[in-house]
Order: sequence, then structure tokens, then C-alpha cells
Amino acid sequence: MAGVTLDTVRKIYAGNVEAVKGVSLGIEDGSFCVLVGPSGCGKSTLLRMIAGLETISGGEIKIGDRVVNKVEPADRDIAMVFQNYALYPHMSVYDNMAYGLKNRKTPKDEIEKRVKEAARILAIESFLERKPRQLSGGQRQRVAMGRAIVRKPQVFLFDEPLSNLDAKLRVQMRVEIKRLQKALGVTSIYVTHDQVEAMTLSDKLVVMSGGQIEQVGSPAEVYRRPETRFVATFIGSPPMNILPGKVEGPGRVSVGGQTIAVTDMREGLTPGSAIEVGLRPEDVQAGGSAGASSLSMDVDFVEELGATQLFHGKVGGTEFVVQASTGQIPADSRKLTLSIDPANVHLFDPQTTKRLGRV
Amino acid sequence: MEKRAHFSGWTLPLLLILPQMAITVIFFYWPASQAIWQSFLREDAFGLASEFVGFENYIGLFEQPEYYRAMVTTVIFSTLVAFFSMSVALLLASQADKNIRGGHAFKTLLIWPYAVAPAIAGVLWIFMFHPTLGTLARPIRAAGIDWNPMLNGNHAMILLVLSATWKHISYNFLFFLAGLQAIPKSVIEAGAIDGAGPMRRFWTIIFPLLSPTTFFLLVVTVVYVFFETFGIIDAVTGGGPAGQTTTLVYKVYADGRLGGDLGGSAAQSVILMVIVIALTAIQFRYVERKVQY
Repeated sequence: MAGVTLDTVRKIYAGNVEAVKGVSLGIEDGSFCVLVGPSGCGKSTLLRMIAGLETISGGEIKIGDRVVNKVEPADRDIAMVFQNYALYPHMSVYDNMAYGLKNRKTPKDEIEKRVKEAARILAIESFLERKPRQLSGGQRQRVAMGRAIVRKPQVFLFDEPLSNLDAKLRVQMRVEIKRLQKALGVTSIYVTHDQVEAMTLSDKLVVMSGGQIEQVGSPAEVYRRPETRFVATFIGSPPMNILPGKVEGPGRVSVGGQTIAVTDMREGLTPGSAIEVGLRPEDVQAGGSAGASSLSMDVDFVEELGATQLFHGKVGGTEFVVQASTGQIPADSRKLTLSIDPANVHLFDPQTTKRLGRV
Repeated sequence: MEKRAHFSGWTLPLLLILPQMAITVIFFYWPASQAIWQSFLREDAFGLASEFVGFENYIGLFEQPEYYRAMVTTVIFSTLVAFFSMSVALLLASQADKNIRGGHAFKTLLIWPYAVAPAIAGVLWIFMFHPTLGTLARPIRAAGIDWNPMLNGNHAMILLVLSATWKHISYNFLFFLAGLQAIPKSVIEAGAIDGAGPMRRFWTIIFPLLSPTTFFLLVVTVVYVFFETFGIIDAVTGGGPAGQTTTLVYKVYADGRLGGDLGGSAAQSVILMVIVIALTAIQFRYVERKVQY
């Protein structure tokens, strides 16, 4: 087992395209680290650099105490699960899992023992003689996992392994991956663009955008205290509402002429200066009476989600979404009063997009 | 989902298939049936009289030692050409598949020999390796080898194999390149992570995954060597020296056209036709079964 350390890692492609712009990150031994971000943010490139499938243009990658910049993928002691599974189509499930061990000249009985063991854990014992094309997507996914675990590597790398599965299977496999990782205790790095996967799987969540890290933290930290507007709108569903506002004074901002109180606000902001006010749709209480810290909203339409309803409308002329339990508010409401808990207001600098919380 | 056009009458569909049918009948069935018919006839050298002789032409053919020799020559020739044209093409294709500078120009240039007519290809090679005129024959002779494809049957065969291989590499290259490009990159990458070096990856992953392409090319190449190398043989050796490079298809021409034995020549064509039909049938069955790996 080993941790992974990245030190100002860069990737520059031909034509001076910088895909990864100096990423530094420490991943503790045995932890589950998820890299999340929109497509093109450099997360897959970063993972492929750790795997050794892409050259490193700058910086240093360490697995354990060993710098692996120039080490062949085969010698990095890692295993990878690919998005399209990348099973060897001409080999049986057994041979797919045994291939890596055979290449490393593992004794035959040891190979058999490990493959059987992995097959048992993943419940694919009855498919060992089949070819990958005779398997369903979920079964192929398990074989790909099996191929990774028989090798007993230092680090597991996952490149969007669930995005080819249907929604139901994805949830099921997500739980299994988490359980398996906890049981084996192998350091894992997982790339996804799905924020639900990112939140549920990670011990350490890394949000990336434009080749850089936006924020690193536990899922709860990232959700509760997003450091940038990007993180605020990327993590959480439906995304956080961002309203243009003005600083009124310490602990007070106004949105469209209505003043609300804020707990987490940087000191010394000039009254009257522009600020961005972030409110999560699920943090807003609708249907109360106008109080000390409330906003009024004009409702345009309602989306039904079963257990909850999403009220779409405008606050002070800006698009706004409120989530409420079904039946809590009459669905034909044209106007809503939203009471705001000062602890749930996030403030961002309109220029730098950084959080303007207490230092 | 099957898409079918529905016609109300018979006139339009018949009209639509008529050109295809006409071409097939005029250019394939009619000459083929002529050949079959002629193989049962014996004709005098001037084509003035002919008589029906049944299977006599076939029997005569199998009594000729030259016919068996031509068979052996054909087997040797096609084995060598198939092996070299496919292995060189695969080597070139696996290099071209890498992301290299100038790869595009490389691919385009490699395809050119395919556009050269067989007879011209043969002339090019005989110019290079002619015992007295050949630019490349001189250094070989200077090295102390008595190079003479005009007199030495083995030398003649080497020259034929070289020219026929050179001409067919382009074709095999194209298909191998397409086959290689169809293999998902991630499968190769998974192999790299699984600890297989480049050679091991090639033999345990890439080569097995290419097997449908390889099989297809094997059949096509054998058909090529059987029939289309006629022009090369005619230009380079003319079947000589002393019939040592006479293949089955060249013997058809030599006996029929030069020897004036139209019936025997027709019988040989019919046998060749049977061979190629068999090869095609095997290929179709294999492709249709779609058992690829």
C-alpha cells in the first residue's frame, strides 16, 4: 500500500495546449480520492499521467516514496479500470483476470487461487469460461474490477468506470466499489464528472476546472463551504442559485432591494460594493411570512420530482430555484416568501469568484 | 430492423436488376460456360474443326508431369508471396499506426505500388535484376554470386516473389492498418498496465484481435497470386527458365495461347475456377459466422 503525491504536475500537449496547469495534491495511503470536474478539466489526463499512459511535462508524481515520472506503467504497481472496461475480447473472463499475473510470472496455482478469490468477491464465478461479449455491461464492469484486484496493486485508478452503465446499475456498482475499497484498503483515485458519484464515494474530494484544482476537502466540507463560485454551482443538485447583491454592512447584504443577514462574511467589505450571493435551493425555506431575513420570489413554473418539487422563478430579476417537499407549498403559488437562514448564505467576489467568508 | 422496398408490379424491379444481371451473364456466366464447354472439345490448331471428346482433356492433363510441376510451383510461389507480403505489410502497418510525424505522407506513399499495372511492375523488376542490364544485379554479381534469373530457376523464382510481393504489400497494408485502428486504444493500454511489453502485447493482444483481417487477406492474397501475377510472370520470366516458374494460370496461357491446345487449356481454367470458388466459399462462410475471436 502507498499514498500518491503530486507536486506541481503539468501536462502540455503539442501546440502549447496546457491541459494540466501545475497540480499539487497529497493522497493518503488507503484513502478514496475522487477527481471531479466538467469534461476537459484535465482530470482524466491527470489520472493517465499517474498511470503512466501520458508523459509528464513538468512536476513530479510519487507513488509511496518512489518518483515514477519515468517508470513504465507496468512497473508502477497500479491497476486501472477503464470507462469502456477495455477487456481483452479474445480471452475468457478467467484469462482476462489472469493475464497480468501471467505476465509477471506468477506461479500457476497462485494465479488460480487469486482469480477464484476475486471471482468470489465479485460474484462472477459462474462466468469464468465466458468471453466478454457474452456478458452484460454490469458483468463486464465486474470483470474489469476483478482484473484490477487480482494484481493486489498499491493504487487503483478508475477512469469514469460507471458512465457506460444504466442509472440503476450505476447506483448498485457505486455501492459495491465503495464497499470493496473499504474492505481491501487500497488507495484509490477515481475520475468522474458525476457529482453524486463524487460525493458518495470520496474520502477526499478534488474539484477541478480548467486544468487546475478548485478545492480539495471532504465531501461535506466542499458542500458546506465551497471555496469558489465554480465549486458552489458544480457540487449540489439542483445547482446553487447565484444572485447579484450589494454589501450593506457587517453581516448584511441586499439582493434586489431586500436585505438579508449573513453569518459567514469577510470583515471590512466596503458598504455598497458588488457581491455575489449564493443560496442552495434546498437551504431556502419557502412559504413563511416576511421577516428580518427574507426574499420574495415570483414563481414561473413548478417541476415535480415526486418527493420534492422545484419552484422556478425570479428573485430581484434573477433566475432562482427553490426545492420544497411536495405538498408543503401550494403548487399554484404565484409569489413566495423565502426565509433565509443567515448560516446558509454563501458570498463570492464577483471578480475573482473566490469565497468572501470569514478568514 | 429490415428496410424493404415494396413494388406493386414486376416491371420496375426487373428493369432495376437488369443491368447487373446483364453484366454478370455477359462477363461471367457466358465465358465460364464457354470454358466448360470447350474443355470437352478437341480443336485443331487453326480453329477450323472441333470434336467432342468428353473428359479426355482432363485425363490428358493429369497424365502430364508438367501439370503437377506447375501445381508445386504455384504452391511454393503463393506460400512465399503470401507470407512475405502479409508480414511486411503488418510490420509497416503497425509502424504507421503509431502517432509519428509524417505518418500521413508515409501511408500515402505506401499505397502507390498498388496503382502500378502487374506487367509494368514486372518490367521494373527485370530492369533492376537483369543479369547484364540490371542496376541491382551488378553489385550482386560483384559480390561473387552468379546471379542469373534467366538461367537459374531459383533466381527466377526469387525475382518473381520479390516483384509480386512488392506489388501486393500496399493492399495488405491498407487492410492491416484499418484493422489496427479498429482495436480500442484502451485495450492496448490495459495490456501495458498489466505488465506486457510491446512484443508480448503484439503477440497476445493485437495479433489475435487482427485474426479476421489476417484471414481475409490470406484468401485475397492467395487469389491474387493464383491469377493476377500472370502479368508479372509474363514480363519477368515468361514461365521460364525451362518452365520452372510456370504456375497454373501461366500454364493455361502457355498451353492455350502458345501451344494451341484450346481444349486442354480450357480444362485447366475450369480446375482453377473450381479452386477459386472453393476459396471464396470458405471465406464467406468464415465471415458470415462472424466468429472473430
